[in-house]
Amino acid sequence: MWNYSDKVIDHYKNPRNVGSIEDADAIGEAGSLSCGDMLKLYLKVNKDGIITDAKFQTFGCGSAVASSSILTEMVIGKHIDEAKKITNKQIVDALGGLPPEKMHCSVMGHEALEAAIANYYNEEITVNPDEELICNCFDISKSFLVNEIKNNNLKTIEDVINYTKAGGACGRCHGKIKAVLEEVNASKEKEEPKLTKTQMIIKINNIIEKYISPELRKDGGDIELIDVEDNQIKVKLSGRCQSCNRSKLTLTHFVEATLKEHINDKIEIIQV
Amino acid sequence: MANSKLIYLDNNATTKVDEKVVEAMLPYFSQNYGNPSSMYELGGHNAKAIEEARETIRDFFGAKNTREIIFTASGSESANMAIRGILSADHSKNHLITTKVEHPCVLNLHKQLEKEGYNITYIGVNSIGEINEEELYEAVNEKTALVSCMYANNETGTIFPVEKIAQKVKSINKNTKVFVDAVQAAGKIKLDVQNTEIDFMGISGHKFHAPKGIGALYIKSPNLITPLVIGGHQENGKRAGTENVPYIVGMAKAAQMAQDSLEYENTTVKRLRDKLETGILSRIYNARLNSSSQNRVPNTTNIGFEYVEGELILLSMNDYGICASSGSACTSGSLDPSHVLKAMGIPFTALHGSIRFSLSRYTTEDEIDFTIAKMPEIMDKLTKISPFQKELAELKQRKGIN
Repeated sequence: MWNYSDKVIDHYKNPRNVGSIEDADAIGEAGSLSCGDMLKLYLKVNKDGIITDAKFQTFGCGSAVASSSILTEMVIGKHIDEAKKITNKQIVDALGGLPPEKMHCSVMGHEALEAAIANYYNEEITVNPDEELICNCFDISKSFLVNEIKNNNLKTIEDVINYTKAGGACGRCHGKIKAVLEEVNASKEKEEPKLTKTQMIIKINNIIEKYISPELRKDGGDIELIDVEDNQIKVKLSGRCQSCNRSKLTLTHFVEATLKEHINDKIEIIQV
Repeated sequence: MANSKLIYLDNNATTKVDEKVVEAMLPYFSQNYGNPSSMYELGGHNAKAIEEARETIRDFFGAKNTREIIFTASGSESANMAIRGILSADHSKNHLITTKVEHPCVLNLHKQLEKEGYNITYIGVNSIGEINEEELYEAVNEKTALVSCMYANNETGTIFPVEKIAQKVKSINKNTKVFVDAVQAAGKIKLDVQNTEIDFMGISGHKFHAPKGIGALYIKSPNLITPLVIGGHQENGKRAGTENVPYIVGMAKAAQMAQDSLEYENTTVKRLRDKLETGILSRIYNARLNSSSQNRVPNTTNIGFEYVEGELILLSMNDYGICASSGSACTSGSLDPSHVLKAMGIPFTALHGSIRFSLSRYTTEDEIDFTIAKMPEIMDKLTKISPFQKELAELKQRKGIN
């Protein structure tokens, strides 16, 4: 059984705003019956561009219904241009999280919202007929995949399956997905601006405060950032960590690993 | 558990361990803990307990000799042991036949063997889940090492004519071996393996009220296999590792009780299954029977609910304490819906909303009545969420059920 949050359970058990709007000002659809989930979103928008009502109909699992239900709550009262800024991550956060395998439900919600807003502005969502289809089982195009990889910072094939379903059935497209992942992530590395030393110190201190210190404090120790030179990070252990004969292990296996995960692979820790 | 009342209709997934089985097992943990291979009474007593259990399981299979029975840890191990064991004992053939609807322990093993260089023919089924027999016989050739075919399908309950298949296969190539995965048949229909030409048959204890982690493999003599696990001389040299005495004793007790209940399974359990099936089909307009085969194990029915997704149905049933399972993609971990229902060509409208109900001898009439009463309520709520209102309305009109 899935480990659903209380919020998800509440929303699939008591879905809000179920149904259709006869004279909707915008309708958006995502997914299909054959793919196993589908969402139809109806919006009522007043003359000032405020969404006054939203309703949904969903064919899908518990988390698909919950994602749709909470999405309607999120958009009601918002200006249509504000609603446009809602991301699938915000849907996940509003639900108190989703199991990794269910992330695609939030993506479907986001897709339906995009479609509805495009419909409101009478825009056609153009599909280039020559565009390469990556996953034939779920009909997933390269541009869609590239977008989701960027927006959700996807790194592995498993991430891609969880968020987009691409590659989740027959698995024959895994080679193609890998190529797209490499392409997107390589170009992203180039794009990423180099942080100034001060920005880097702030970033590292935040990571230490959030992920590292709390763990060390449990054992009566702590850590302090002394200096940063490129990828070399100089730290000082304090409290019980100072005298602990396993402090070297703590530094490489925990401190360095955590910083590598959040910053980059080239990070090196130096104890001073 | 949140629900005080639990209606367990998922007995093809696993079963509750009968209390008498637990009772039979208990002395073998802290009292009779000896190693059956040891040279003192504490061990010797357990060696005897295993041989008594082997005799019970021999009888359960309808085998000729206790030497033909190997204890394993699961149905999956039994299948792997048989299939791998045959292939490594005889390298002269490179072709295998199996069905598209086998359990993953057989199907995924064949996919692995395909990577290792074997040619595999996968045989399909018709729209109610019955095997395309002629297609199977046509596939047998002089290079065919093995035909693997399940006795009863776990999702639909459809029984395959394995005795006839074994006989026909042997008449085409007498050297081709036949493995039958009888995990879903054991305890539901009588096994009588010695009067067939089946070479290997696997069962799993937890499908008939023994605990998880114990199974058995029948190897018709004089067939030979190469063991998977090499080590000591246990299980006649075919499976090394100190015997799991309490579980072996437990499975034998469960097998004996299942044997004694076969009549009840095929009368009362079958009647309750039929009552549930017709109850749902007559009350719910978007319900369709996925397998209407007359040849089904008595405890199983698979019903597709059109335009509603299976996980959502199961979650709603769970609110009433009703446990079943679904062939929907969302419940499987993979994103692909059931390979069995797909092989049957179940339409997309019902594929993702298919629910398997599997009963046991512990299922009561009250539980079935409760389920029949609640399912329409659940479906009424869930169809309202579906985006396919027009299609549902048409279906309702066509079926004439309110």
